[in-house]
Amino acid sequence: MAKPLPRPTPTEQPFYDACARGELILQHCQHCGHVLFYPRTHCDACQSEQLVWQRASGAGVIASYTVVRRGVSADFEAPYVIALVDLVEGPRMMSQIVDVDFDALAVGLSVTVDFASWSEDITLPVFRLHPALDDDAS
Amino acid sequence: MAGSGLGGKYALIGMAESDVGIVPDKSPRELCVQVTLDAIRDAGLTLADVDGLITCNAFAEPIMYHAEAVAEYIGWQPRHCVTVNTGGGTTFMALNMAAAAIEAGMADTIVVAMADSLRSFMTREQAMVVQSSSGHPHYEQPYGPTVPAYYALIARAHMDEFGTTGEQFAEAAVSCRAWASQHPKAQMRDPISVEDVMNSRAIADPLKVLDCSLVSDGGAAVVITRQDRAKDGPHKPVTLLGYGEGHAYEHISQAKNLTTSAALQSGRAAYAEAGLAPADINLLQLYDCFTPALLIQIEDLGFCDKGEGGDWLASGISRPGGSKPLNTHGGMLSYCHPGNPGAMFGLTEAMTQMRGDAGKRQIEGISTALCHAQGGIMSSHATVILGVD
Repeated sequence: MAKPLPRPTPTEQPFYDACARGELILQHCQHCGHVLFYPRTHCDACQSEQLVWQRASGAGVIASYTVVRRGVSADFEAPYVIALVDLVEGPRMMSQIVDVDFDALAVGLSVTVDFASWSEDITLPVFRLHPALDDDAS
Repeated sequence: MAGSGLGGKYALIGMAESDVGIVPDKSPRELCVQVTLDAIRDAGLTLADVDGLITCNAFAEPIMYHAEAVAEYIGWQPRHCVTVNTGGGTTFMALNMAAAAIEAGMADTIVVAMADSLRSFMTREQAMVVQSSSGHPHYEQPYGPTVPAYYALIARAHMDEFGTTGEQFAEAAVSCRAWASQHPKAQMRDPISVEDVMNSRAIADPLKVLDCSLVSDGGAAVVITRQDRAKDGPHKPVTLLGYGEGHAYEHISQAKNLTTSAALQSGRAAYAEAGLAPADINLLQLYDCFTPALLIQIEDLGFCDKGEGGDWLASGISRPGGSKPLNTHGGMLSYCHPGNPGAMFGLTEAMTQMRGDAGKRQIEGISTALCHAQGGIMSSHATVILGVD
């Protein structure tokens, strides 16, 4: 069973191209201002097609997380962390939190994006804890 | 929000279950055929009396035209024949579609039949991969989430927001097992404690293996017809009093709220149509794919306030002898969970209870039951409220 990999559509390709050069980009709706994720042809707030890519800050907070103790297949070596990250621009995305002490994880902690090569063609955004952002806020 | 508009007009007059648990001697198609014919027989009818068939597909033996293939297998040419696929919610959505089809004159009496064999006709890895394929292929699956991991994300969010504990989730598994221990057909019958759940193998924190439903084989079917046609059968008809749906998203990473589900909408619609409130419900048959899903349904269907599902479960109210019996067959946590057909067994158990045929686990004086199912990762919800005279 091979690791599942995205096969980007033309609409999605800019997102993966940006990941490959180390940038997280998001679609902004020119009609209503909504910021989208995942990439779409139509805004999921107003259904407009006037969507423009913009670079995101890469900062977010953990909305929830789990340490997966039993991997989905032999291609995923457990344990690893699956998280939902709320980006500061608004959208929520699923990702992995990498290089982390599991006991340090908590809902609400700040994270920042990094990029990991998932295959020859695909680079995906992953996240790391970013304690300095939490220190600034407190 | 209105319900289906069909409440009180249609009744369940027949039902059947196959063997459940580990059933290697019949394929999913063969199980589906068996329960279709058995349910018709249970209703006191013959194939000639039934003119509609609704099925769902099987992961272990996918068929392009599933319902048609089941009908063909038994040499039947029903007037109405369709396959429905809304994941775990299929059971009650199909039931409502059957009522709507009869209302529209497309058929007079319909069998709803489902079966799958995730245990005996798939490898463990195949079953795991096919289930996790509910994740978004580009924005979830590449990260390696499992289905338990999706529900673990929901569990963690509930813990963070309301202070719910792993032990409180475990209470759901303990309650279902207590009921299963009284059911001779249940796949898992040995009683368990909260400690047993907490000490069982970690799967996706905070969920342990005993927080997760079973992987099973099995099928079940029911027969539905108009209330006025239902009176002559061998069993007390069970009336569909109310129905509701709620659809919030498909993928968990698109959920606007991780701790409140569209069971809120489906429940409200079903209660409104039935003219009943949670306090009026004698039996709860909910969708316990994972313990946190069950806990959130209890809250969203109004059996306790939001955030208090953990206390509700820990009170023992849902166990044998409690005032709100829940999943009296043992649920998908302990009775069986063959995939999409999983909620069918919640329905057949409700009918068994309402007929007064539940033996040792019979609830006295039962006149109402609420059955709930969900598809996806707490994504789409269907609630049906049943009544019996």
